[in-house]
Amino acid sequence: MIPASFDYARPDSVETALAALAAGGEDAKVLAGGQSLVPLLRLRLAYPSVLVDLGGVSELRGVRDDGDALVIGAMTTHYEVMTNALVREHAGLLAEATGTVADPAVRHRGTFGGSLAHGDPAGDLPAVALAYGAQMVIAGSGGRRTVEAADFFVDYLQTAVGPDEVLVEVRVPKLGAGWGHHYEKFHRTAQAWALVGVAALVRRSNGSIAEARVGLTNMGTTPLRASAAEAALAGVDASAAAVASAADHAADGTSPSSDLHAQSDYREHLARVLTRRAVASAAGL
Amino acid sequence: MSTVPISVTVDGQRYESDVEPRQLLVHHLRDGLGRVGTPIGCDTSNCGACTVLLDGKSVKSCAVLAVQTDGRSVTTVQGLANGTWHPVQQAFHAEHGLQCGYCTPGMMLAAVDLLTENPNPTEAEIRDGLEGNLCRCTGYQNIVKAVQAAAVAMQAEGAAR
Repeated sequence: MIPASFDYARPDSVETALAALAAGGEDAKVLAGGQSLVPLLRLRLAYPSVLVDLGGVSELRGVRDDGDALVIGAMTTHYEVMTNALVREHAGLLAEATGTVADPAVRHRGTFGGSLAHGDPAGDLPAVALAYGAQMVIAGSGGRRTVEAADFFVDYLQTAVGPDEVLVEVRVPKLGAGWGHHYEKFHRTAQAWALVGVAALVRRSNGSIAEARVGLTNMGTTPLRASAAEAALAGVDASAAAVASAADHAADGTSPSSDLHAQSDYREHLARVLTRRAVASAAGL
Repeated sequence: MSTVPISVTVDGQRYESDVEPRQLLVHHLRDGLGRVGTPIGCDTSNCGACTVLLDGKSVKSCAVLAVQTDGRSVTTVQGLANGTWHPVQQAFHAEHGLQCGYCTPGMMLAAVDLLTENPNPTEAEIRDGLEGNLCRCTGYQNIVKAVQAAAVAMQAEGAAR
């Protein structure tokens, strides 16, 4: 019995989940797929008083087409996301990046919403959500509110989801025709977290790059947009040389951490190289 | 110490148990139900030795709470054989897909899931599909050969039906 004791609630609706969180007080914690939380419980880095397991809330699962956006339930697993026909058609970058998360067994349990709400800057999907300009729908006792991805990731392991709230769904806008995508990730070993990852969405028009969106994984305490590189890419010729030149700005304004596996200047180097590769691939070069 | 009643089908047999919410599935299988075919490897969710199938899909049983499996079906390595060895078991035997054997239960269950998903995988797809399962003996060559052999056997078996 490795984790510390906690009480357990298994609500069957968002409303009863919110009630269980409120009753549990400030040490209550939401359990989604558990692929980050259960290891933290096991290490006793987390010791909630009560776990509110969303596994029984069926309304939080699935993908639906809402016209100009896909709406993905927070408890939809990575496996369900990456194999979903709507996601593959309208949000190819999300399908691609989700297929690189951890390993198959983790993807069978881990959830899209859990990955976002956990707010780990080394996670692959926060940078993808940021690149898409996704919207997060959060339920609380006062009703539901929508938060832009740019405002959702607050700090290391901190998001806009309050302790008595639940992330219920994510709206991923359909970008339409003409967009290419690629997620480029550098990690030491299979299934390891990204040292750095780059999520690129590129719209080509008449031989040039009309618009590029670049999300950075693990280049700060939150996912980031490579704004300087995006600005440098807008309007340039869709050529390897022009992309390489713009990608040199990928780390501008970032201050990534240093750790056992990479110094900050190495992460900056990786951001530039991976941005060049990701954008070139997304642009079909 | 409060417990929660759960009902879980393990290898075709239904078990009613009262478990503490903090009980990990792997500990429930081993200590609660005495089904010790599922080993504990790294205890950090990295190695995949404790992989089982939950409603047919591979999961790491050290990263699942027993309470989360209430009403569901678990397959361990002890449930793979059905009178005769499962083709994946036969192939691991024939191709010497193991050295010390510690990773083998998890490796075989990940392989079963992989072949259910993709009955005719390339070598690269096999290596990708098993990326969550580590062999400290580094016996990957024969593991991959075993999965390739199992794929052939299972397709032949399917065709013969």
